[in-house]
Amino acid sequence: MSSLKYRLFKNKLLSLSVIVLSALTAVPLVLIIGKVFLQGWRQINWDFFTETTPSTLDALLAINNNQPIPGGIANGIVGTLMMVLIASAIAIPIGVMSGIYLSENRKTRFSSVVRFLTDLLQGTPSIILGIIAYLWVVIPLKSYSALAGSVALAIMMLPLIVRSTEETMNLLPVSLKEAGLALGSPYSSVVLKVLLPSAFGGVFTGILLSISRVIGETAPLMLTALGATAIQWDVSKPASAVSLLIWEFYNDPNLQSMIWSASLFLLLLVLSLNILAKQLAKKWRI
Amino acid sequence: MSDKIFRSLLLVSALILLLIFAGMFFSLSKGAIPAFKEFGFLGFIFSSEWNSSTGAEQYGALAFISGTLLTSLLALAFCLPFSLPVSFFVGEYYRGKKVAGVLGGIVDLLAGIPSIVYGLWGFYALRPLIQSLGLSEQGFGMLTSSLVLAIMIIPYASSLSAEFIRMVPQELKEGAYSLGATRAEVIRNIILPNSFSGIFSAYILALGRAIGETMAVTMLIGNTNRIPHGLMDTGNTMASIIANQFGEADGLKLSSLIAIGLLLFLITAIVNFLGRLMIKRYSI
Repeated sequence: MSSLKYRLFKNKLLSLSVIVLSALTAVPLVLIIGKVFLQGWRQINWDFFTETTPSTLDALLAINNNQPIPGGIANGIVGTLMMVLIASAIAIPIGVMSGIYLSENRKTRFSSVVRFLTDLLQGTPSIILGIIAYLWVVIPLKSYSALAGSVALAIMMLPLIVRSTEETMNLLPVSLKEAGLALGSPYSSVVLKVLLPSAFGGVFTGILLSISRVIGETAPLMLTALGATAIQWDVSKPASAVSLLIWEFYNDPNLQSMIWSASLFLLLLVLSLNILAKQLAKKWRI
Repeated sequence: MSDKIFRSLLLVSALILLLIFAGMFFSLSKGAIPAFKEFGFLGFIFSSEWNSSTGAEQYGALAFISGTLLTSLLALAFCLPFSLPVSFFVGEYYRGKKVAGVLGGIVDLLAGIPSIVYGLWGFYALRPLIQSLGLSEQGFGMLTSSLVLAIMIIPYASSLSAEFIRMVPQELKEGAYSLGATRAEVIRNIILPNSFSGIFSAYILALGRAIGETMAVTMLIGNTNRIPHGLMDTGNTMASIIANQFGEADGLKLSSLIAIGLLLFLITAIVNFLGRLMIKRYSI
């Protein structure tokens, strides 16, 4: 047995290193957000949200004349919103209904298989879903499209929605369901009018988190939506997205100064969705 | 009657999940068949050739498999000294206190930053640092991408570990304290042994994340198609080669890229399977 002093010293040393190393872990977040803010805020103005991306040539001319680069990321914003909207329209009904199924049939073998595959799907790299949407949508339609991007994002959103719906439904007291059924209401209205509204907070949080997870995705969209220089409302045509624009700016030396403003916009969008979801989760906890 | 329809709708949605997963496996396998036919299944996996010049086309996955394993294992090693203290900070030292919630929230936000923003930060902030330290001329490579990957997986590793640390029964800890143990000894002798398999599974799941990360790695790894020979060497991971070359690929090359996708899908599925299995066995 070592001496008491040595043991206390070891104890102090461990506490200190845990605190110091934990504090250090927060540093990258500050550095990343700081860098994006400092470099990005200057380029953000009204045009940034209403104009489409400038061509390389326009940007080069502006740089040579020492002017700010004209144009913005409106095509990306429209594309991102459109694809997230379609993806939500696909993923939310399927996800919520499967979540209800899993919660209502907890013990069956089928449920445990589906639950397990959902967890595996959650861990599947996003680029794989890009390949899948390419094979399932781009090849049959013979064109890159916003629809293909939406399918990739929808598959990414599914697992989170399924599991959060299931877990929230599991928390509801059985008496709630029994009371509904005892009043003679059919099963469907008990689920839709009693159980689902009671679980709304958790379900909604899951949906918001899944949106914040896919809204910044780039890799699957590179293989599916491809990108576009104009605002594109047709879902069967290639579309742009904010994340895709960042990738384009990164690869085009003349457009480099727009990288950070687009990143700042994307970062604010994702993080505020994320924080909103977590605040709601706290507020609406069952 | 409407109940019957409703119940079958629920069943159909669950079936769709099953079908998506099965369909993914089927489509990837079907797309990969030409490549496997040409080079053989094992031949494809164990060849490090990647040559797309017409006439001499030769594709193999070994360079990218080794790049993936090297970067993700390095990332795990780099993240450990930070994520483990965070999980003890949140799950033991300051559990239930406000400061734990704040740190946990900050670390969780790391998971929310898009991959491409990590890539930009790595390119414009971390790469010049590595260059100025004289570690590498261009600043690209295994080390740069692993460092960024490590930051990206910290939240996945730490928040799950913290839950397992929190789950260690209070009575066990109090027993040790009453025998005169210090907190360090309680952690060493009570908490770690009791939560080890849970923490281990958290790191396996974090490894799965690192294996599949695409954009940040694509921007930092240097994109050369050979087996990396060290920390400073450039290379490619399975995800980054797909991101880089899928757009212009067709024929045999496209099939080879899909084959790499299939392998990546299988590897992450196995890693996640093992992680979930351990959590399941641990939590019973």
